[in-house]
Amino acid sequence: MSEPFPRNRFWVSEAASGLALISPTAIFAILLLAAPLATTLLYSVFTDGYLTVIPQFQICNYIGECHSRLADGSVEPQAYLGAWSDPVVLSLMQRSLFVSVLVTATTVLLAYPVAYFVSFNVEASRKSLWLFLITIPFWTSYVIRVFMWNVMISRTGVINSALEGLHIISDPLQMSFTIQAMVVTLAHAYAPFAILPIYVALEKIDRSLLEAGQDLGETRFTTFLRVTLPLSMTGVIAAVLIVFIPVIGDYITPNLIGGGKIPMIANMIEKQMLKADNRPLGSAIAVSAMLVVGLVSVLFLFLNRRYLRAQK
Amino acid sequence: MKLPTLRIYTIAYLIFLYAPIIILPIFAFNNSTAVAFPLQGFTTQWFGQVWADPALREALKNSLIVAVSTSVLSTFFGILAARASTRYSFPGSGPVLGLIMLPMVLPEMIMAMALLVVFLSVGIPLSLFTIILGDVLICTPFAVAILTSAFQSLDRSLEEAAQDLGEGPFSTFYLVILPLVMPGIISATLICFTISIDEFIIANFLGSGQKLLSTYIFGQLRFPKNVPNIMALGTILVGVSIALLSLAEFFRRRGIAKTGAKDTGGFL
Repeated sequence: MSEPFPRNRFWVSEAASGLALISPTAIFAILLLAAPLATTLLYSVFTDGYLTVIPQFQICNYIGECHSRLADGSVEPQAYLGAWSDPVVLSLMQRSLFVSVLVTATTVLLAYPVAYFVSFNVEASRKSLWLFLITIPFWTSYVIRVFMWNVMISRTGVINSALEGLHIISDPLQMSFTIQAMVVTLAHAYAPFAILPIYVALEKIDRSLLEAGQDLGETRFTTFLRVTLPLSMTGVIAAVLIVFIPVIGDYITPNLIGGGKIPMIANMIEKQMLKADNRPLGSAIAVSAMLVVGLVSVLFLFLNRRYLRAQK
Repeated sequence: MKLPTLRIYTIAYLIFLYAPIIILPIFAFNNSTAVAFPLQGFTTQWFGQVWADPALREALKNSLIVAVSTSVLSTFFGILAARASTRYSFPGSGPVLGLIMLPMVLPEMIMAMALLVVFLSVGIPLSLFTIILGDVLICTPFAVAILTSAFQSLDRSLEEAAQDLGEGPFSTFYLVILPLVMPGIISATLICFTISIDEFIIANFLGSGQKLLSTYIFGQLRFPKNVPNIMALGTILVGVSIALLSLAEFFRRRGIAKTGAKDTGGFL
């Protein structure tokens, strides 16, 4: 842009070009992400009407007792409980948290050695092949993978029939409809999410630090504990957050593996938003779930920062 | 630690990762409606039934419409965002990019419900179009991530050279930059296509009852006698996914080779 007399300096500046270029994507994200999230937030403090939402402020969708309006505008006598007052919602939230924490811990613990192996024990030229192998299952249909777990663990399924055929067990194991089965399925589904960030963090570690540790008399194991592990913590944190957040909102696994008998918070949001047509309550539960996710993430980041500081 | 313990563990882990995918074709060709051992002999009848099912063809057609539109739109949005963030510095780039990438870390269910509420209250009728909008929202961050690394490895001096030789900004982009990032564009398109084909929550809640492949499969799972058909269909889908991903990986590597950068591995 070598115009001798720019008509307007702003329109040829870096900032303007950048903003103009990103604006279509940004506007799309504002319309389809920021606006819907804001609407959800707004609805969560509005009143539930018959097939509509009445813009009348109230906090009882979160706490206390709420009354919907009927078709003619009169108050429905039957009250419903706000998200934080309803023991059913609270227990589902608790279960979602419990399952997410369990899945996150399992996934990250199982993933760390794999990431370590690929980063430290695989030749540089073959690393991307290994990573590719690890990511392939992740890119195949989630519904089909969950369904396959269902087929494998059912009473008459692959695992039971194989074990019976080999005379290892005489009665089929009950694996379906259990929290353990849900944890295994979810740990399987989110495995690459945990492996990749840990791998990236491990790759960044300066290998001479490990040699220095060993030269100074540390064993391989203590070098790992005192050098490698703390330096790879950023990857572990990323892995924890990347697994924890989607798992808490998972919908398919509780449906297929839990057989609808072990619902999680996403199933409750669906029920309130659609079947019960109580969008303010559904929104309040959704906002609460986001708050819980946000809070746990912030708490975790905070704890970790303290841990890192203590290391120095 | 020199023992191959880690290698054995990693291979065991890979077997765990691949178990469902390996079992899928085994039972897709098994001549029995029960998915259990021992195997009952070879058959291709499930593939025949899949081929003959008109509801499935409809679902496939809908899925293809959605996935092609989604991958084109997401890649377009991805190119704009990646180019803007790697080439220019502008105020608010952090928050704007944060918003664009946010769907990567939001529970999908919450996004789907928030979108549904807005569509219903604004009066946008649910259709394949609304599914596409939702899918684009979810795929764009992946496209941005892939394309950002493609644009980052570009040498700025190539662009300056083109402009010194008299090319305008548009012809520079078209003649110099686009060919260099083309592998990244192809790989982003393929990834978005794969994500969109597999996407369930958006297809289930933002559609008006038209079946897509994922929702069709989900609906069939309630009928035990249809399970072998789903296995056959799953086998085909997994095969196609792996083929597309291998293609995406191939283009990604070629792109890295073209710009002379070092391969840092992985899509994410």
